[in-house]
Amino acid sequence: MEFRMDHPVIYALVAITIVAVLGQSIFFLWRALSKAKELKMDKAKIRATILSSLVFTIAPAVSIIICVMTLSKSLGVALPWLRLSVVGSLSYETVAANNALSGMGLKLGEVTGLSASQFVTVVFVMTISIMAGVLLTPIASKKIQGGLKKMETRDKRWSAIFSDALFMGMIAAFLGFVFCDFSGVFVGELSGLVPVLVMLSSAVLMAGCGALMKLTGWKFLNDYALPISMVGGMLLAIPYTAWLG
Amino acid sequence: MKKNNLSYLEQVHRDGRIWNYSMAALFFLFPVLLCIVFSVLPNWGGLLKGLIVTLPMYWAIGVIEVITYVPMLGAGGSYLSFVTGNISNLKLPCALSAMEKYGAKAGTEEGDIISTISIAVSSITTTLIVFLGVLLMIPLSPVLQNPVLDPAFAQMLPALFGALGVVFISKSWKIAIAPIALMLILFISIPALNEGTVGIMVPVSAVFTLIVSRVMYKKGLLDEKKTVIPEEE
Repeated sequence: MEFRMDHPVIYALVAITIVAVLGQSIFFLWRALSKAKELKMDKAKIRATILSSLVFTIAPAVSIIICVMTLSKSLGVALPWLRLSVVGSLSYETVAANNALSGMGLKLGEVTGLSASQFVTVVFVMTISIMAGVLLTPIASKKIQGGLKKMETRDKRWSAIFSDALFMGMIAAFLGFVFCDFSGVFVGELSGLVPVLVMLSSAVLMAGCGALMKLTGWKFLNDYALPISMVGGMLLAIPYTAWLG
Repeated sequence: MKKNNLSYLEQVHRDGRIWNYSMAALFFLFPVLLCIVFSVLPNWGGLLKGLIVTLPMYWAIGVIEVITYVPMLGAGGSYLSFVTGNISNLKLPCALSAMEKYGAKAGTEEGDIISTISIAVSSITTTLIVFLGVLLMIPLSPVLQNPVLDPAFAQMLPALFGALGVVFISKSWKIAIAPIALMLILFISIPALNEGTVGIMVPVSAVFTLIVSRVMYKKGLLDEKKTVIPEEE
């Protein structure tokens, strides 16, 4: 069979994989909702969780579409569609694809068509490299959770701080990342201020939503505060970039 | 029929193992089937070079991610997140926000359920939106790749973590000071740290925060009412 990156067979294989992963999501959702019903967890709060998760996902999902479009110039549409719908993330997939192409003397973004052999090489590198989390979770998660349970039994207070510290460590890393181009400001390159201003703007919007909820009692705002603040911050990036470059 | 005596979490672990190993096999089958269908073999030299550069780093990150993320995401959320991807930029913030809003604590059965629901909904939504995006790629391209909108999508992570940060820092500011100071210093002073390496810095920051928090806890600096996740009622 003659190869091309948009061959129907490739699309069919990609679609089968995506549907299977969708099946896992639906199965886990059904299992969690059944258990929530059994435990008589607050139905309204569960509905709010579903709705806010859905709304929250829209902006990042649109940015994933843009990534698919970007990668499709070198890898076709089917492969980026697969990798960014399941298992991968933009930064990991881009680096893995670029490393695979570099190994064959090619460069992501510059190459526009791959041979069958080059294409499967890229797919193998991306697949094998990203598999650690998928394979290690079944081995390690039960043990990790067992360890956490033991910790909670020994010292409940430390167990709560442990969770808080993990959350905060993750958030601190991303707040640090916002400043990664900030050093340019010291030599007059002001574009490094854009992400900082965006971060501060969305923080102010979030705080504003909180204050509005307290003042007006609009509890529904709680479900939308995060997406409103995030999209607001993203939109403000447009004038900030026009201003600072 | 044999009666199922497994607890919810035991069932999640059992099903998670089956699903994740099956999905791993399916992911690996994709390039193998491409080889068979198109009667082609990989470029072995390119494959080896690509794996030498990528594999050690990604597997090291993978190990650390599992250790760091499982306590935050819970069992169901972890099995699902590592298969559906986009963890640090989508699934983890989504789950943390959902648990915070519900008032569920990570590591409890309730927290596990809320985390799983939010990640499953997020995964299904992402899959459908990306599918629509691929379907409508030609008409959507001029809109989504419009240079006017470029800055908005380029700044998604600062916008997300600005909003998320204000919630969590306000509830746990004592724990927040040291890791934020360290990450600011590192990201400002080391040019190699950027969007591509922020995933590596998450575990580094998490371990640092744990160490500092432990010291503060032992010195009695973390009093009872300053935790991110509210105590169970």
